[in-house]
Amino acid sequence: MSELILKKELCKGCGLCVQACPKKILTVSDTETNAKGYYTVEITRAEDCIACAFCATMCPDCVITLEE
Amino acid sequence: MATVFKKPSFLTDVPFHYCPGCTHGIAHRLVAEALEEIGAKGHCVGVAPVGCAVFAYNYFNCDMQEAAHGRAPAVATGIKLVDPDNIVFSYQGDGDLASIGMAEIVHAATRGVNITVIFINNAIYGMTGGQMAPTTLLGQKATTCPDGRSVEINGYPIRMCEMLATLDGPSYIARCSLADVKNVKQAKKAVLKAFRNQKEGKGFSFVELLSTCPTNWHLSPVQALEYVKNQMTEQYPLGVFREV
Repeated sequence: MSELILKKELCKGCGLCVQACPKKILTVSDTETNAKGYYTVEITRAEDCIACAFCATMCPDCVITLEE
Repeated sequence: MATVFKKPSFLTDVPFHYCPGCTHGIAHRLVAEALEEIGAKGHCVGVAPVGCAVFAYNYFNCDMQEAAHGRAPAVATGIKLVDPDNIVFSYQGDGDLASIGMAEIVHAATRGVNITVIFINNAIYGMTGGQMAPTTLLGQKATTCPDGRSVEINGYPIRMCEMLATLDGPSYIARCSLADVKNVKQAKKAVLKAFRNQKEGKGFSFVELLSTCPTNWHLSPVQALEYVKNQMTEQYPLGVFREV
């Protein structure tokens, strides 16, 4: 069981994590924004996460923490 | 639950000011992770450049010094000579290192000073608004070459790694890309090696990281990574150019 923790206040919605995820469980929201006004990333199917940390590896803003 | 991945302790809590999708953030993290792994806490000094990474001193959780444009290797040399026990690194962009700072980097390299230089090559001047850099690709558009860089007017792009590898001073010179997960992991190894070299007293280490500038390239962050993968690596082949 793994858990992705997103610090959405740091997210700039660049989508590099979305592209890196092999299970395609991340998406950039088209409704939710953070205080900076960026559309932020969100998890669609948390149960499918394989804890590869590819998303966190590509995230330029250290938004993602992964626990397992 | 065990933490598998988190922000390294060598980075402060200050949010990066970089544009969305800019790979400076990834490069910062790789440097911070490497410093953490070699145990540089408490005896590490970084030198920040002029360019987009000018605020690097806010982000690295170690002593930092701002240098005049391009002079980071000279400042780092001084810091290293004063206290050789310090791990000293400079973090520079292509406008800083390959243009105004060309003399400093070449002489630091040929002296073989025991420092680590991280060179971010995104083929453009990012901070000042997208002017042509010495590393801008042929045909690539910038505000000062709106029709694309041409050989007749602007000459050829400079390959720093290959150039420095002709010198006898440096101990390690490598070029990596930050275009995808595999390459980021390879870049991490190169950065770590560059810092290990310094710790072991092997001498000057230089790692070039091919990076993106989605804002000034007028591409989306994902398209920018594709550009690095397809166009930039053609002009700037990846690999290790010198290892002593």
